[in-house]
Amino acid sequence: MSQHSDEVPALEIRDLSKRFGGAVALDGVSLTVRQGEVHGLLGQNGSGKSTLIKILSGFHEPAPGGRLRLYGRDVPLPLAPGQFRSLGLAFVHQHLGLVPSLSVTENICLSDFATGRNWHIDWQRETERIRNLFADYDLAIEPTARIAELPQVDRCLVAIVRALEEVRSAQESHGGHGILVLDEPTPFLPRAGVERLFGLVRQVVANGASVVFVSHDVDEILDITDRATVLRDGRVAGTVVTHEARPQDFIEMIVGQRVEHFHADHRDGPQGEPAVVVEGLTGAVCRDLTLRLGEGEVLGLTGLIGSGFDEVPALIYGAAHANAGSLTIGGRRSDLARMTPEDAVRRGIAYLPADRLGASGAGSLPVADNLTLPSLDRFMAALGLRRSGMREWSATVGRQHQVKPNDPAMYLQNLSGGNQQKVLLAKWLEIGPRLLLLDEPTQGVDVGARQQVFAAIDRAAKDGTVVICASTDAEQLAQICDRVLVMAHGRVAAELTGTDVTKETITYHCYSGLALNQTALID
Amino acid sequence: MDARNDDPIAAYEDRLAALERKVRMLQETRPAPKAAPGVSKQFVERYAIIGIWILLIVAFALVDNLVYGSSRFFSVGNFATMFSTQGVLVILTLGLLLPLTAGDFDLSIAATMTLASLVLAILVGAMGTPTLIAVVIALAVGAAIGALNAFFVLYFRIHSLIVTLGMATFVIGIGKWISGSRTISIFGANPTLIEWVNQTRLFNVSMSFWYALILCVAIWYYLEYTTPGRRLLFVGRAREVARLAGIRVNAVRAYALIGSGLIAALAGVLAVGVNGSADPSSRLGLLLPAFAAAFLGATSIVPGRFNPWGSFIGVFLLATGISGLQIFGIPNFVQDLFYGGGLILAVAASQLVRRRQPMEFGS
Repeated sequence: MSQHSDEVPALEIRDLSKRFGGAVALDGVSLTVRQGEVHGLLGQNGSGKSTLIKILSGFHEPAPGGRLRLYGRDVPLPLAPGQFRSLGLAFVHQHLGLVPSLSVTENICLSDFATGRNWHIDWQRETERIRNLFADYDLAIEPTARIAELPQVDRCLVAIVRALEEVRSAQESHGGHGILVLDEPTPFLPRAGVERLFGLVRQVVANGASVVFVSHDVDEILDITDRATVLRDGRVAGTVVTHEARPQDFIEMIVGQRVEHFHADHRDGPQGEPAVVVEGLTGAVCRDLTLRLGEGEVLGLTGLIGSGFDEVPALIYGAAHANAGSLTIGGRRSDLARMTPEDAVRRGIAYLPADRLGASGAGSLPVADNLTLPSLDRFMAALGLRRSGMREWSATVGRQHQVKPNDPAMYLQNLSGGNQQKVLLAKWLEIGPRLLLLDEPTQGVDVGARQQVFAAIDRAAKDGTVVICASTDAEQLAQICDRVLVMAHGRVAAELTGTDVTKETITYHCYSGLALNQTALID
Repeated sequence: MDARNDDPIAAYEDRLAALERKVRMLQETRPAPKAAPGVSKQFVERYAIIGIWILLIVAFALVDNLVYGSSRFFSVGNFATMFSTQGVLVILTLGLLLPLTAGDFDLSIAATMTLASLVLAILVGAMGTPTLIAVVIALAVGAAIGALNAFFVLYFRIHSLIVTLGMATFVIGIGKWISGSRTISIFGANPTLIEWVNQTRLFNVSMSFWYALILCVAIWYYLEYTTPGRRLLFVGRAREVARLAGIRVNAVRAYALIGSGLIAALAGVLAVGVNGSADPSSRLGLLLPAFAAAFLGATSIVPGRFNPWGSFIGVFLLATGISGLQIFGIPNFVQDLFYGGGLILAVAASQLVRRRQPMEFGS
């Protein structure tokens, strides 16, 4: 693979493996990053990208047998947490790790403060140093500004500069130019911001450092990387020289099989009068979204992170603020910009957020209390709530939904993730909602419980409930949905129906939604 | 759900059943440890506070009898006095339970109580207003202070700790202003209230105790058997969950703060009835005992939850300790030691029950 054998690679990984219990996360992965190279790293969720990065940052311990070389020197594995700094590695994660209420200077000096001993900080000098540093990189960022005042792009650039500084200050211990790992820095940046970020990346590599660029976005990989490695199911699906590759090559490596590009099968929504209509829904990312759903239809919404699909359930429910849009349900139309959860519940809408114990249920309260919250009216008697009736009913509902253990007095937080989800889904299904909004309904749910959750959703749909399910899990969507909308940049990029609703097609469209929709690559 | 061998649910169920069998077997072969005590851990946790209270009474009675050769402590008179004098604190604590359950603090309860008592005493004692009208006005003052707290907490989104801390001192200031920092008596003017509250006795215990008991039943019923009570609980435990369940979180929190202001004013009314007078400073010290009793109560009866019966017993547990030690001639400072120490130990105990998870209080 290495044509320039005269030059020592910056980073060499050989036969890296990692298992979590029975699951293989990484299986003999090898990867070489050259000096002065931007190396792309792609793959679906669960392909092993994050595991690889977490091994490099010392968070995970790899299986024995793997080797790591940095600038030609063998480094024994596993790495201690934080050891990467002295080896010339630096990481910028999606949540940038900046303190919003502190100034740029303070944030950049943070790691010095954390470890150094210095009884007099010369703020003027530090600020001046950072001003010069930004000038070197052609960045117009004021060092005294607070992070919270900066646009997202500038925050990202500050985080990158800080990472570079860390690498440079440890240069005598590693002797290289440093390797910067950018872990999906772009999903929340506007297009112009991405350009500025790339400008900085190009400067960084021009100075001799290397960059590992992790992304979902094939367009960006094509734009910025010299070479790219695709991971699939914990293995290397291939390493390619970017300018020799076509977008489809990447997508096929990511998805794992040659996917025929079906002709667009546009059926205009379901037959008959729609039961739920959403029109012109506009939120933080999603723009002018229109949905028409028939009675008992299960609609999947998906896309890559930042494409806006995940905010749709919260916007319809009024849990997050919509800028515009209307909802027609049961023949009545209402303005989504003024929707509140209270109105939504009254209209027969139920919402199960992804954050199970933060937004869905109260972990420190018993199962019975959580289950009965939306159904309290049915326990009202002349002398107040019938507590014994609530307990018995909870036990019955728990049994129907196969909650294990089925003990209404147990605290919700003491159940497993899957059983928590069964309880929280049951809580809403018992009010017989017209529209059920789900956000990642099986995240952290074990295999068995997952099937039971699907079965419950399916039963509700058969009874006429309209279901909207937002998820990044293509397999799940393929299993439960009648129709799947794939979103990109806040708009619907593809509509999949009938036999197109398969894991592979959904994944294919997630990745091609970004890369292909402008270039119209239909063979 | 057709072929049983390739159905993942069936496979899962089978595995689960096998595990359950194994657990049962292990439990049966292990020597049963809980045969000996005969009471569950849960039972002990729930009613330990009553046991401690009884132990304390027995210990004091024994020491009183054996060391001092007297029965000053274990006498009808002593207990009647204790019950009669603690009614006001019980009511104040019950008021505090509402915002605490909703996840908010109210540090202004003692000040609200003081101001309400001063307003009442001035109206009845100095201006000759009929008792009933004066009581209604005093209660309205308490509710208004609660509403003001709620406005600052909810509209400006300030932590309730800060708003009510400031409000407490502000309200004390008003109290000193309208009273001229003097004690105002209603004895000479119109003793109706004193008759209602203190002179009427049932089983030799003044009505203030029985009023407190009635309020305790009411709050217990409200929290356990009404839908607004359920909503209050969810708002305190998981605000986002409550919001997404369609509960009007801000309204619930506002009602809780107004409720605590109103009930604090009620405590102020009873205090005037018990003492026959009001002054701008002597009742301010009840803030900490109310918190101590509320947190002590949260370790028992319904462990982990602020609950009226636990608080009720908490008040008398602390009062018993203080009364006993004072009878033995231990000076007044013991009161501070008991209430201050009681608050911290009560919270420490409840943290042990919660396995030392970080406390999350309000927002």
